[in-house]
Amino acid sequence: MEKIIFYILAVMMIVFAITAVTSRKMLRSVIYLLFVLCGVAGIFFLIDYNFLAAIQLTVYAGGIIVLIIFSVLLVHHIELKLDMAKPIRQIITAIGCLIGIGVFLTTIYSYPFKVVENSNITTTAQIGSKLLGYGEGGFILPFEVISVVLLAAMIGAIVIAKGKKLSDKNEETI
Amino acid sequence: MTSIINSSYFLILSTTAKESLSILEILLIALGYLTFFAVAGLFLVLLERRVAAWFQLRIGPNRVGYQGLLQTMADALKLVSKELTGTIKADKLLYNLAPYFVIITALMSLAVFPFSKQIQAFDINIGIFFLIAVSSIGVIGILLGGWASNNKFALIGAMRSGVQTISYELSVGLSLLTMILITGSLQLSEIVEVQRQGGWLILQGHIPAIIAFMVYMIAGTAETNRAPFDLVEAESELGAGFHTEYSGMKFAYFFLAEFINMFIIASIATTVFFGAWLSPFGITESIPWLGVFWFLAKAMVLVFLMMWFRWTFPRLRVDQLLTLEWKYLLPINLVNIVIMALIVWLNLTIKF
Repeated sequence: MEKIIFYILAVMMIVFAITAVTSRKMLRSVIYLLFVLCGVAGIFFLIDYNFLAAIQLTVYAGGIIVLIIFSVLLVHHIELKLDMAKPIRQIITAIGCLIGIGVFLTTIYSYPFKVVENSNITTTAQIGSKLLGYGEGGFILPFEVISVVLLAAMIGAIVIAKGKKLSDKNEETI
Repeated sequence: MTSIINSSYFLILSTTAKESLSILEILLIALGYLTFFAVAGLFLVLLERRVAAWFQLRIGPNRVGYQGLLQTMADALKLVSKELTGTIKADKLLYNLAPYFVIITALMSLAVFPFSKQIQAFDINIGIFFLIAVSSIGVIGILLGGWASNNKFALIGAMRSGVQTISYELSVGLSLLTMILITGSLQLSEIVEVQRQGGWLILQGHIPAIIAFMVYMIAGTAETNRAPFDLVEAESELGAGFHTEYSGMKFAYFFLAEFINMFIIASIATTVFFGAWLSPFGITESIPWLGVFWFLAKAMVLVFLMMWFRWTFPRLRVDQLLTLEWKYLLPINLVNIVIMALIVWLNLTIKF
């Protein structure tokens, strides 16, 4: 049963990943990418890692894809098609992809993977205490660093969106 | 394509919950849920029309069947038999895909609700988070539908809907998170268990819980794109908004999804704030099957509340909508979470 679902998801992900890069309509390739991400979420559900599956759905499917769709909606007209890349670029990209696949495969096959008999579900509480833990293996420092970076990005976005109104010269125009 | 995704998801969901069930049983349960909620959605449409009539001192549909009970059934039959039209230069694939996004995400959320102690299709350990995750995908269907229609009104409607849903999702998530602080678990069955021992969460959390509930209802109404937040399909400005070009069954999917989403918002509120299937003061605790009645009764009261909003408040402008979310609801919510954390930390919750 799990095997069948795994293969359905795997085939779905591969097919949609290929169509995502070959489709010449911009929004369609975004949607194919969405299906790939949903497939990844399905794999996470399959291995009982519900939290990561939901994160995958919220952050990637619900967040990033929506943002990409937004930008496509703003710049792209329905009749436009993406240009075909030059042959030399296609060849370079293909070689780059093959090198990437080679690195992945050698890494995967150079380590033995054991099937764990009795897996236990990771709960949200465990993830949370690990994420904010300052003991051994805790992630409090990267967590804080990332939150500061995000805060900086947020303030930067606000300043950019405010535009000229913040400068001293045209203060009267506010 | 989407049906495969849908069915595979349903299979995954059901297998992890109950290993012993066969595929046939899983499919039957899924089919039962789908049929029940499709019909329930139709009756919600009828309820909406009757409530609207009541608020406007009219009679409303009362000719088809007893008190118009079969009116929406007849409408649905009519919609099924109608021709499916579309614009010539539309992106056909995405145009046809969009309604399924909306309806499938709406139906997937229904799997996790505890309608009674026994009736819960999928008791996942991240319950609430799963609901938020799934409902965040629904907006993609609206964006796609609006863009692929090749119609500027539809596109404007879709853009508005995207802005609105992304903004208000934050408030929905944060107000639910406020209540999670009391329960300490995202699993819906455990949330109900906490309430069975110590009273409904809206009483346990008293002041911050009531604020969270109010924020949740406002944000929830906005997330379902209903009036007073229905800029997405503001008739006077945009025709029918993102579903202007849809007809027949595809239009019905959007329509049904809107009403099922309303029921979902009410059901989440019922589960998190009002004790799901628990009876008030435990009066019918000895009769477990009455849980379904209590759940649906509470959900219906909240649905009625949302209809009340719709027919009372005038529509907001876009800037007012965004001001309400980013300048009022979000800061209130963040402060509210801190207050709730303090209350839980100092053990100031009310327990019966």
